Amino acid sequence: MNNMLEVTALSKTYADFTLDNITFSLPEGFIMGLIGPNGSGKTTTIKSILNMVEPDSGSITVFGKDNLAQEQEIKRDIGVVFDNSYFVDEWNMADVEKAYSLFYTGWSSKTYWSMLTKFRIAKEKRVKELSKGMQMKLMLACAFSYDAKLLILDEPTSGLDPVSRDELLEILSGYIEDGRHSVLFSTHITSDLEKIADYITYINLGKMIFTGSKEDFVEGYRIVSGDKKNLTPDLENLLIGVRTFATGYEALIRTQDVPENMQTDTLQATIDDIVVFVSRQAEKEAMR
Amino acid sequence: MKIVVSNNYEGPIYEQIKRQIIQAILSDELAPGDTLPSLRSLAKELKVGVLTVNRAYTELENEGYLQTVQGRGCFVAEKSSETIKTHLLDEAKSLMDQALQKARKAGTTEEEICTLFQEQCRRIYHE
Repeated sequence: MNNMLEVTALSKTYADFTLDNITFSLPEGFIMGLIGPNGSGKTTTIKSILNMVEPDSGSITVFGKDNLAQEQEIKRDIGVVFDNSYFVDEWNMADVEKAYSLFYTGWSSKTYWSMLTKFRIAKEKRVKELSKGMQMKLMLACAFSYDAKLLILDEPTSGLDPVSRDELLEILSGYIEDGRHSVLFSTHITSDLEKIADYITYINLGKMIFTGSKEDFVEGYRIVSGDKKNLTPDLENLLIGVRTFATGYEALIRTQDVPENMQTDTLQATIDDIVVFVSRQAEKEAMR
Repeated sequence: MKIVVSNNYEGPIYEQIKRQIIQAILSDELAPGDTLPSLRSLAKELKVGVLTVNRAYTELENEGYLQTVQGRGCFVAEKSSETIKTHLLDEAKSLMDQALQKARKAGTTEEEICTLFQEQCRRIYHE
């Protein structure tokens, strides 16, 4: 299987934040979710891939090519969707095409206008008149018009209503159907990924917690809860982000660590559960 | 065949897909030799990960319900419904074992159990 994207030992230190030794790869034909709370390093990772920040160390290849040495070549095949659109407010849809088609030799005008029709964006609209969801679709329409092989989306759903979010997921699952396109999708709204993602890379406070298939990720953890009097020190050592309340406790636990006598009392964890409990644990440890 | 998945309420998504395919085979909606949708088209339709569908298909194949022919796709295996019936029967037997253990704990005799069983049978099969 070919990797569309390989990030190896990526590190970047800022005054108040360090992205520490991030390594992951995304195979051709799949969707990867890049997750973690705000300020975890998701955007720094994405900006490093796009050569918008300069990492201290590490290497990145896209389509097997070095992202610095062959930047121009690579960027012809990457589509980018950011939380904020990068179009000029006053442009109408024809202006957008004029500007974009200059940069991309493979630009298909036919695809562009049929995408806009499909997304119900009127030709005479100006960028500033488009809703957030519409702006996102415009960015996608552009990426599809030059047949980008890799889509990189940075928090695309954070300002969107549930209907637009669902539409995005539908567009993405259609996009990768032929097995030749991949998506890297950063978000803190993990419910969007619960169904659609094939792979998850999870970064918390600049550190890699996990990378691998989504199924391995969610099956790697369980939710346990119980009576406070059963919360022995031995058990507590195994728990992640334990929360106690008047009568009981609730925590995350690695599936392999579940004590035998508790196996029937644990529940399936969602991606959200894992992120919440792991962050709580990290905060606890940082305070010590 | 109609497959519906929900977010997490009814167990892992690959299990939801498995369950529904098994149900479709049992109810003759899917017959031996029928082609299943390709991995990627089903993933797109359900808006779920390709790996998720792959896992459902792989497990069903290992359990003898499906058969993959390289380059031609995934089929419902011959005898798949028999396989399911055998599985169901095994499950029923072990449930009966549990029921009998409980009844014995309650001090019920063999004759009493048999009578009770016949009554239950009549209720389920004739009503």
